[in-house]
Parts: sequence; C-alpha cells; structure tokens
Amino acid sequence: MAGNNNNPNKPKLRDGGRRISGRGDDELRPMSIEVGPMVRPEGSAIVNWGRNKVLAAVYGPREVFPKHLTDPHKALINARYIMAPFSGQEEHGRAGPNRRSIEVSKVIKHVFENNVLVHSFPKTTVDLMLEVLQSDGGTRVSAINAASVALVDAGIPIRDIVSAVSVGKADGKMVVDLDKDEDNWGESDMPLAFSVRTGEMLLFQMDGMLTIEELSTGIDLGFEAAKKVRAIQTDALVRKYAIPGESAQ
Amino acid sequence: MDMDKMILEQVKEEYVKELLKAGKRTDGRALDQYREISVTKGYLRNAEGSALACIGATKVLAGVKFDMLEPFADRPAEGVVMVNCEFSPAAHPGFNPGPPDENSIELARVVDRGIRSAEAVDVAALGATGSPDGKVLGVFIDLYVLDHSGNLTDCAALAAMAALKDAKVPQLKAGKIVRGSDAGRLSLRRNVVTCTFENVAGSYLLDANFEEEVASDGRLTIGVSDDGFVCAGQKSGAASITKDALLGLARATMKKSGELFAHI
Repeated sequence: MAGNNNNPNKPKLRDGGRRISGRGDDELRPMSIEVGPMVRPEGSAIVNWGRNKVLAAVYGPREVFPKHLTDPHKALINARYIMAPFSGQEEHGRAGPNRRSIEVSKVIKHVFENNVLVHSFPKTTVDLMLEVLQSDGGTRVSAINAASVALVDAGIPIRDIVSAVSVGKADGKMVVDLDKDEDNWGESDMPLAFSVRTGEMLLFQMDGMLTIEELSTGIDLGFEAAKKVRAIQTDALVRKYAIPGESAQ
Repeated sequence: MDMDKMILEQVKEEYVKELLKAGKRTDGRALDQYREISVTKGYLRNAEGSALACIGATKVLAGVKFDMLEPFADRPAEGVVMVNCEFSPAAHPGFNPGPPDENSIELARVVDRGIRSAEAVDVAALGATGSPDGKVLGVFIDLYVLDHSGNLTDCAALAAMAALKDAKVPQLKAGKIVRGSDAGRLSLRRNVVTCTFENVAGSYLLDANFEEEVASDGRLTIGVSDDGFVCAGQKSGAASITKDALLGLARATMKKSGELFAHI
C-alpha cells in the first residue's frame, strides 16, 4: 500500500542519497533459483529473492475440472497464488485465499495465458500452484519468476521466459525491486513482467502517484532489471539441464 | 462471469473486428469517444452518500456508509476506506448469485487503488474524529453493478467518486455514530477517475461496449487524479502491451479525464 507520507510511523527509505539497504537504485536484491526441487509436479522451482521464498509447482497439461470449462480451442491456465499464514514479518495471517490473493492470481493467470502456447494442447489445463512461504515485498513478481522456470522444468512450450520485477518510487526516487518497507511506505509501487526477447509487458499494475515521465522511467528501469532476472533464471536452468561439453542457450 | 458463453456476442465478434479494420466501431463512435455519461448524486436517502453513474446503457450505483472500526495497526490515527463491488444477477444473464468472483474483486480493487493512492479521502481528517476506545471512522464504498453493457470499471470509478462527493459525515456521540445526523461534507483531497481501453485486434478502444469487450484480447485501466498524476494502473487479460502503447494510453487518459471530472 503506497501513499500517505505524513504518518509518523513511516521509516526513512533513503539516507545520504542511498537506499536504506545500501543498494543502488537499479540494484536487485540477491536472487537464487532452485530448479525442480519437487518430485510430484511436472515442473517446479523455488525463488529466493531477498527474504522472499516462493515455490512454484506446475501440473499439466491435464484434464480440465470441472469438465464444462474445457475450451476446445486452447488450454486453460489456472494460477493459484497463496501466502502461507507464517509468511509475513508481522502477525499470523489467515490461511487460504483472500481478495488480494484472488486478484494477484488473476493477473498471474493472464501473464501465462499470453506466454504458454495454449493452442498447442486444447481441452487441457495447466495449473500453476504458487506458494509464498516467506514474504519481503515483491511476492507476486517472485511467484511469476518461479512459475516461468517451473514451466520450463515441466517441458511446457512457452514463447519466452517471463522475467518480473517491481519498480517504484521511494522517498522521491524511482528504484527497482522494492523491499517490504519501500513497498509499504514508498510513494508508488509498480509490479512489471516482461518478455525480455520482445520487450512486451505481460504484467502491469501500479499504485501510488507518478507523473507520466516517472512512469516512463520506471518501465525503462524495470526492463533493464528484468534482463538481470532473466540471466539468473537462464543460469539456473542451464545448471540443471545443460549437457556437459555443449554450449548452452 | 463466463462471457465466452454469450453466443450472440461471439457471433458479433467477427463483425466488430471487421469494422475496426476500417477504423469504425459498431455504434459509430470514434476510438477515443465515450458513450453518453450521466451521474445522479444523492440517489438514495439512507446511505450517507450515493450516486448512480451511467455510461451508455451501463449503470453502476455507489452507496457510501460510515461505521466505527479498528484502524490499521501501522496507521492508528487514520480513518479507513474500503471499496467492495457486487455484480448483481439483475445486471446480466452471465452474473450468478454468490460470493464475489475474481472479476468483481479486481474491479473493486482497481477503483480502491485509485481512491487510496490519490488520497481522495482525507484519511487524517477522518481519523481525527475517533472514539475513546481507539476506533476511527471508516468509509464503506459499495459498488452495485445494475446493468452491464461494457466498461464497468470507469462507470464504477465515476459512481464511487461522485458518491464520496455527495457524502455527509454523521455526528458522533460518545464514540457512536448518530444515524441521520449531518456533521458536514466528507473532506476530500483530490478527485480520481479511470479510463479503460480494450485491445481489440490491436486497436485500443476507449469505453468498450459489451460486444467489444467480448471481442477484446486485453484491457488497460489507467486512473488519474485531477492534479495530473497517474494514480492507478491495471493490465488485465492475455494481450501484452508495449511501453509506447502504455504511455500513449496514459496521455490519452490525462486528456480525456476532464470530460469525466466534469460529471462529479
């Protein structure tokens, strides 16, 4: 929730011209990705990003349930983003979906409706199960990055790896990869997902107050950051799947 | 709602797209033209604020009610604003009774995002009239979709903002609301409106009607404040969007917003 900066509880987000974390304005938190940590799903991944820890499991293509939702022309994408009750830094959360998680699940579904070659396997569904095990600002973009790697792990045909990052305005400056305090107390928050290959955005949401110039700067910063995310995703996949002696990518 | 199941609109889809190739819309409007807009403030007596907004045949009623409630833990001195949306089964054959689905939740949250981001409601002023037990005034904005002919988001945002403008804060006695009393207008800091564009075969249509929505591959909603800030954004649907297209639509929203602000 971006907004009101007159609140006495608001922490400082910048000090001496730098972010409190010491990161540069275009610098990501450390990110690591485990590919295929699970045995049961067709594909899986865990993204550790700052203190975020998000698990993605892919099931499918499989039969649609309930059956009447089946689309004869394309596969359905179903995304279920959920925050575990113990995932927050504060109080115990309620288990199960809430209004926020339902909206986040919907926009993540739209990302992969675009990205997965859904016309290649009609009458099926691809289910993306996204579990936020620990949150630190940027859980939906972590979930998208995990889901995209898990889809590759599952061998499901996609147009490109999807690389997501949040951008925002914190104490007057546009910065990438907002942490929890910057997300909570900054002036604006804008989660973005890109196909780096084409430069198109597959996720765009924005709250807070920005000028059109800041919006433009934010998208540019986001695209550059998404390239770095993509390199980490590719590297994780290559480490698991590269054949020794053959060049990857 | 299963708009995919609306067979007549599916048949019309080809017609919508065919006309668009010649730059035309089924109802003859320009690509960036709203249907006729009307807003009736004070539509209800019992709600502390209300407005019925109509865009073409689409109708959304907004009701504002006040209640005393616990403030957010990290914002104890601020009032609380909540937006909910109900897709009434009266509004469309595809709307079913039951708990809110992802579409109505998304709509409510996008409208909420604009109002909250722009601090349309002066939450500090609202929190100043607290009760001795630490409760603060909460504003509930409930959006009732009464007739669905496309572009529910802009219509709902318009109704919400007009209902806030119409709202009178009730008096408090020993921390309790005196119903029917009037302690003056709700203090507002900014006005907010949204413009929603549907991507139909690569063209962005402002204020899509129902058949255009069915033919759409994706949607972009941009919220702007009356002092020239972008204060909400939401891409919905499978279609991707480029940076240039997005900035173009944000500029178009700034330009169009005056037309909407004039109604609230």
